[in-house]
Amino acid sequence: MGEEKFAVIVVGAGPAGSAAAYLLAKEGLDVLLVEKGAAPGSKNMFGGRMYSHALHRIMPNFWEEAPVERAVVREEVTFLSGSRSVTVSCQDFGWAGSFRHSFTLLRAEFDAWLASKAEEAGAMLACGILVDDLLVEGGKVVGIRAGEDEMLADVVIAADGVNSIIAQKAGLAKMFTPHQVATGVKQVIKLSPEEVSRRFQVEGNNGVARLFVGDCTKGMRGGGFLYTNRDSVSLGLVVTASELQKGRYKISELVEEFKHNPHVSPLIEGGEVVEYSAHLVPEAGLNMVPQLCGDGILVVGDAAGFVLNLGYIVRGMDFAVASGEAAAKAVLQARESNDFSRGGLSRYEQLLRQSFVFRDLEAYRKAPAFMENPRMFTAYPQLAASIASGVFTVDGSAPAHLLGKVLSRVRESGVSLAQLAGDSWKGARSL
Amino acid sequence: MKRLSIEQLLGIDKFAVDDEHAHIVLNREICASCADKPCTFACPAGLYTVKEGESEISFDYAGCLECGTCRAVCPKKGAIDWRYPRGGFGINYRYG
Repeated sequence: MGEEKFAVIVVGAGPAGSAAAYLLAKEGLDVLLVEKGAAPGSKNMFGGRMYSHALHRIMPNFWEEAPVERAVVREEVTFLSGSRSVTVSCQDFGWAGSFRHSFTLLRAEFDAWLASKAEEAGAMLACGILVDDLLVEGGKVVGIRAGEDEMLADVVIAADGVNSIIAQKAGLAKMFTPHQVATGVKQVIKLSPEEVSRRFQVEGNNGVARLFVGDCTKGMRGGGFLYTNRDSVSLGLVVTASELQKGRYKISELVEEFKHNPHVSPLIEGGEVVEYSAHLVPEAGLNMVPQLCGDGILVVGDAAGFVLNLGYIVRGMDFAVASGEAAAKAVLQARESNDFSRGGLSRYEQLLRQSFVFRDLEAYRKAPAFMENPRMFTAYPQLAASIASGVFTVDGSAPAHLLGKVLSRVRESGVSLAQLAGDSWKGARSL
Repeated sequence: MKRLSIEQLLGIDKFAVDDEHAHIVLNREICASCADKPCTFACPAGLYTVKEGESEISFDYAGCLECGTCRAVCPKKGAIDWRYPRGGFGINYRYG
């Protein structure tokens, strides 16, 4: 194959890459969307839920045709501590109303659908192709090399995920540190749709998102998750890589332990594991965002570190889609002046700054540092479960009013009131 | 529910193993100098193992989930030459 020239080559057919390719192809540009997997989505996994707003903006009411699993109507955060657990639960049926707040998804099917939208719009989708390197001329990225093939483009969009080899090769991103990424592992556990609805007490296509803190990660920074799909449950753990480094626990065994935790096991009992998967999650927020544009190249999605984990909210796909949209707009503008240099593409960064992507990452800039507090994963889950259990226990011992019960449990926990007050203050301001 | 071993879990997954080409290659010399070997417990697929009574790492790229955890936790520069498998090969998620 000789050299072919495209307006844009997008590396990676995940949500960021496919969103960018879709918007650019819709404007009539020659777009090549390259995917290393045999099909789009075949290399991708996530916990389980996408917030809808970003995709709804570029594809209104996408859920009417997209392969979504369930609309989340209930959010639960559970603190696990031995025989005890305490769960904060919030239900809002409005989330499944006209504005469809968020959906659980399975990525193999969903990402394939999103890439097919880019293809329908006119992008050329090439699967099973691993991009080995960038073609660089006079310091400017001019295309890609995959095996023997070289393909040229005015702009390359690096949408190749958290390990972004492309952004690293372009010198835009540094290798991440183990503090900046977390390992996510997941099992998809098959149940019938009726059984999912019955066990999680939801009707129709409504679903539940649950997060777990405490025992499930053995005190390591991270947590558990459970999302209900139509006829399966996505269950897993996310643990910061630096914690795995020193924790010496095998994460695959921790997931099995989590499944057998008595607070979790009845939910999945009898289900069949149909897949085990793992992926890295960029978790350092703005602290790990690379240089976002270079001469002839833009970085989007996970490759740019666009993920926000607040402990009770985990977001990535909405940032990915919005960054793909911003990249597409920046490329269209750069074409007007035929300037694909770093300066010509810098509109991308401006658009991100004007969008929720930077606004939200900026607002929660301090969240990753706050999450480094080990009390969040040991003492506090224990304390929450112990206080709640104490409040509901009747055993003939002397009565104590709520304040007394709470204070005595705090005393037992070994956390000082000053620490509690300080952490509460910091948490309330950073999360 | 029955507990599943890592071998059983990986047995459920679908792989297109590239028999001709290993996408991850270890530098045995550097690995031998590593005391902690965090890859041996952090790898979600349990592909890095040290046999009882031995010190050398055994590694099998065939069940790799391509997450990059080994690359993230490896304390020794240059020990792991990490790439994705050639196009179309490797893990093939059917759910994700």
